Amino acid sequence: MTADDRPNPAPTPALAVSGVSHAFGSRKALDDVTLDAPAGAFTALVGQNGAGKTTLFSLVTRLYDNRTGSIRVLGHDVRREPAAALSQLGVVFQARTLDLELTVLQNLQYHAALHGVGPGEAKRRGLSALARVGLEARAKDRVRALSGGQMRRVEIARALLHEPSLLLLDEPTTGLDIGSRRQMIDEVKRLIAEDGIGVLWATHLVDEIEVADRVVVLHKGKVMATGTVGELRARAKTDDVGSAFMRIVGEESPLARVTA
Amino acid sequence: MSATTVETRPRAGISARGALICLTGIVWREGLRFLHQRGRFLSALVRPLVWLFIFAAGFRATLGVSIIPPYETYVLYEVYIAPGLIAMIQLFNGLQSSLSMVYDREVGAMRILLVSPYPRWFLLVSKLIAGIAVSILQVYAFLLVAYFWDVQPDDPIGYLTVLPALVLTGFMLGAMGLAMSSVFKQLENFASVMNFVIFPMFFASSALYPLWRVQQASIPLYNICLWNPFTHAVELIRFALYGQIEWTSLAVVACCSVVFFAAAIFAYDPSTGLTARRGGPDAGAK
Repeated sequence: MTADDRPNPAPTPALAVSGVSHAFGSRKALDDVTLDAPAGAFTALVGQNGAGKTTLFSLVTRLYDNRTGSIRVLGHDVRREPAAALSQLGVVFQARTLDLELTVLQNLQYHAALHGVGPGEAKRRGLSALARVGLEARAKDRVRALSGGQMRRVEIARALLHEPSLLLLDEPTTGLDIGSRRQMIDEVKRLIAEDGIGVLWATHLVDEIEVADRVVVLHKGKVMATGTVGELRARAKTDDVGSAFMRIVGEESPLARVTA
Repeated sequence: MSATTVETRPRAGISARGALICLTGIVWREGLRFLHQRGRFLSALVRPLVWLFIFAAGFRATLGVSIIPPYETYVLYEVYIAPGLIAMIQLFNGLQSSLSMVYDREVGAMRILLVSPYPRWFLLVSKLIAGIAVSILQVYAFLLVAYFWDVQPDDPIGYLTVLPALVLTGFMLGAMGLAMSSVFKQLENFASVMNFVIFPMFFASSALYPLWRVQQASIPLYNICLWNPFTHAVELIRFALYGQIEWTSLAVVACCSVVFFAAAIFAYDPSTGLTARRGGPDAGAK
């Protein structure tokens, strides 16, 4: 009833990270990080290895707590309402996390159970999620028999089983060929268009940055720039996204410092 | 009234029913994995049988066991070491199912488990229950083979009375594995776990020889055995097989279970967690 009289409300971002720092011992992995991933958009989190992307994902998935700042998934603070936040969250980790011994469908059913979805419903959702990524025919196969790209697509299907509103992907195309990478990006973009979920995609690959609606550049634990690809290009005064990234990152770390 | 902009879909949510589904799912997966890994089942069965058939037969003549409780008559050495071998099955299983999450390409399995919206302690308990269920299957398979080798309790009811003891010792050893899995990233493969955990615990216990014999040999070693929780797991199982309760062992096993489990919860808790301090469970894997 009240759904009709909400014309165009200021949308709650799928993910809102604000003022988060994190250190391992004396090494600062994240330094006052603030970023958003809006619903219905592809946000690329760009950074080189060691930029802090995986640390940020660990904090959002609550592997460990953020000591400073706040992390909200659809408005739910991950520390104060972990259950509500985690139930809105789908994750594809950098490492392969499927059980090779089990079948594709068994893997999905296990994941569904972890989110409180019973076996019957899990099977129904699993098959339809597999159909979306074009792997319905492989449901009964052992995961071991799949190719790397197919495993990744199963992981995406799995991340969507509990119908999350935010999808996190940590360098999901590592080790995939160009065709599979392209296919994954297309699938995720389709999900955004069809379901309106928010996507935060960590990467260091130029072609994955170019398809993003928004880009957040993370370097040595700090957010160096946020904006559309066009804005980043304009700011760095170059048409090449790769050079733009290097320039933005270089702003605070001039080459001269290398000699220090 | 601020109309929430978030689309609120009906969620399975955090209900008791959902929690039960979650628990069942975790146990189901552990069982499936166990069935698929025939090698694991076979080695879990063969290991104690080698001890029973070869080691015990060889030592039968050398190691006389006098009549000590719960035994009322002179027993064969095979019969004496059976409870120790049962505890060994559980020790291996407890460490394997917990530690395998840290290496063996299972790194991701822990991550997947921990992004479940259910409370951490509940997920860890579920994981432990799954491990206990698998270890009890292994123990009964061993007892079945041992039965045909004439290693059996006085009264068949012993097969039933040992069950609660198995649940408790399985919990203790599984919780120990969980706590260790988060603390020691040095234990990179199972060989070092064998060397530094399983062998010392197993040999410095009453599994292979009665403690009075150890006492005759070395008082310090005797004290170490007494303080070894594994000794008490063995004794709890030994007495339970004969329908009796060893109260001291029960108390020790119960206390150790609580302590190990508290350590596991502490280690996996996101705010106090040791995982945070060393950069996540897969930090060492990179």
